Amino acid sequence: MSKKLVYPALSLLAAASLALTGCAPPASTPAPAAAATAPAKAAAALAVSQPWVKAAASGMTGGFGVLKNTSDADITVTGASTAAARTVELHETAMGADGAMRMQAKQGGFVIPARGELKLEPGANHLMLMGLTAPVTAGADVTFTLELAGGGSFDFTAVAKDFSGANESYVEEEGGAGMSHGQPSSTGSAPGSAPSSTSK
Amino acid sequence: MSAGDQRPAGATADSDETGAPRKLPRRGLLFGGAAAGLGALAAAGAHLSGAGIQQAANTAAADPADNVHGGGVVAFYGDRQAGITTAAQAHGVFVALDLRPGTTRSGVRALLRLLSDDAANLCAGQQALADTEGELARVPARLTVTFGFGPGLVAAVDPARAPGWLQPLPAFSVDRLRPEFSHGDLLLQICADDPLTVAHAQRMLLKDSRSFATVRWVQTGFRRAYGSEKSGTTMRNLFGQVDGTSNPAPDSTDHEHVVWGGGDIRPWVDNGTSVVIRRIAMNLDKWDEVDRVGREESMGRRLSNGAPLTGTREHDEPDFKVVSKLGFPVISDVSHLRRARPEDSSQRIFRRAYNYDAAPGAGGVSDSGLIFVSFQADVDRQFTPIQRRLDEMDMLNQWTTPVGSAVFAIPPGCREGGFVGEGMFA
Repeated sequence: MSKKLVYPALSLLAAASLALTGCAPPASTPAPAAAATAPAKAAAALAVSQPWVKAAASGMTGGFGVLKNTSDADITVTGASTAAARTVELHETAMGADGAMRMQAKQGGFVIPARGELKLEPGANHLMLMGLTAPVTAGADVTFTLELAGGGSFDFTAVAKDFSGANESYVEEEGGAGMSHGQPSSTGSAPGSAPSSTSK
Repeated sequence: MSAGDQRPAGATADSDETGAPRKLPRRGLLFGGAAAGLGALAAAGAHLSGAGIQQAANTAAADPADNVHGGGVVAFYGDRQAGITTAAQAHGVFVALDLRPGTTRSGVRALLRLLSDDAANLCAGQQALADTEGELARVPARLTVTFGFGPGLVAAVDPARAPGWLQPLPAFSVDRLRPEFSHGDLLLQICADDPLTVAHAQRMLLKDSRSFATVRWVQTGFRRAYGSEKSGTTMRNLFGQVDGTSNPAPDSTDHEHVVWGGGDIRPWVDNGTSVVIRRIAMNLDKWDEVDRVGREESMGRRLSNGAPLTGTREHDEPDFKVVSKLGFPVISDVSHLRRARPEDSSQRIFRRAYNYDAAPGAGGVSDSGLIFVSFQADVDRQFTPIQRRLDEMDMLNQWTTPVGSAVFAIPPGCREGGFVGEGMFA
């Protein structure tokens, strides 16, 4: 994947599509298939379905969806970003030494296998938003940019939903207090949606 | 079933709201097997959400004799909302929400977007976004979700759009209204032929409402189970009466005019209508005291098949001029049939009621009745005059008591990628 990926004007397309429909969560953001180079085809082969973000008032939260690779070559996501958070990490959930499931950065990024898909979901791989720049309220749109190995990128927009799960433990590397993502976005969140503290 | 085959279990050839053969969910086309190439992906557009769930491992192979019909799909998207002209499903729940204080126009918009997307997925037999019990969505069972707007919601979005009739009905002398069954800002009418499907849809929609609204009331109703009798059979209420005989048939011009407007009756918005929901308590204990002749006289119809007392078949036209040997009208002047029948042909409504049977209060054995649901283009012109006549005199009033009442404006449907109510934000 050392070939340079040409990034087609996907974000513009996605934005135009949103403006036209004016509304409902874009459940899929298929990439245009017009690009001429092989790397562009690889980037264009990426699609997302069911994208959503857990609504949160502050701190951290998670982004989810299904990434689909329609090409014959693996695609690797090496990073992600959004205006909604200072940083986004690619996380997996794995068992720690004590047997508890914990979130941790995914070494080597997310690989979406050729003709396959990668599910980002609570309790498993996900996009970890850290340092929210503003409350992510239910119904809001959050646009992500995925950086692909080789230099291309892929944008998609996810809708924020109230969600009581996705409370996996996350231990910050500096040894600070453990946190889980998804502070309740409002008083409207159901009882039980409060993040579980995991500093033990 | 292959991993790519996303057809809901037991899919059947039901028709959608327009009577056209329904389409299968599009996800199968998009993500199904080798045939779905990039071209199909690009062409199929933006709406692609729902289940990543494979056919549940515990789904038994259908016995041909089982006649499984849980896969029936009613199209969510369309010019008009489903769940009105749609043949009434076996189960219905009516949920009224109150907007949280301070909910803004943009908040209402976000709420309606979220709920429309949930409804579209669930009605197609796909799990909603962030659906934690997505397996339950696999049996749509003709699920419909119909949204209605109360005065508070319209006021929060654009007060100038509120139709004149969007307010509580006039007070009627028979009313004993209770706040826990009355009014509300947003109505969710959720109907399906499977109660588990209804419950899951209700849960999903309410989870996505929490930040914006609180539950004001919930009324759960039922009819005969799907398949118990021929579809299209007029329902019976818990008095045993055939209830709804004079409804204009959904494919008729009458129905079109009554529900969607026509002639000099205009709907509040094209492809919109209104709904009146009244909870009518039926006193079964007092009804028990009435013999069969008295029961039929109070209604003006036969219990056996709903025929008017002057006819033999259900849909025979009643003849109010026929008198008995003693000179009394065969159909009493104070029967429900006679009192409800308008002289003015514009005073017609389309009923889509459900029975309810709640837990009895202390010392009682039943708390039963009817969730009266009627659609009409103009509440003031069509519904209220009928209710005034029934309020003045109707033998059935001896055994029935309205305990809840609500009026909602029904907005048009939406297209894929849109949301119900979007026209109010234009």
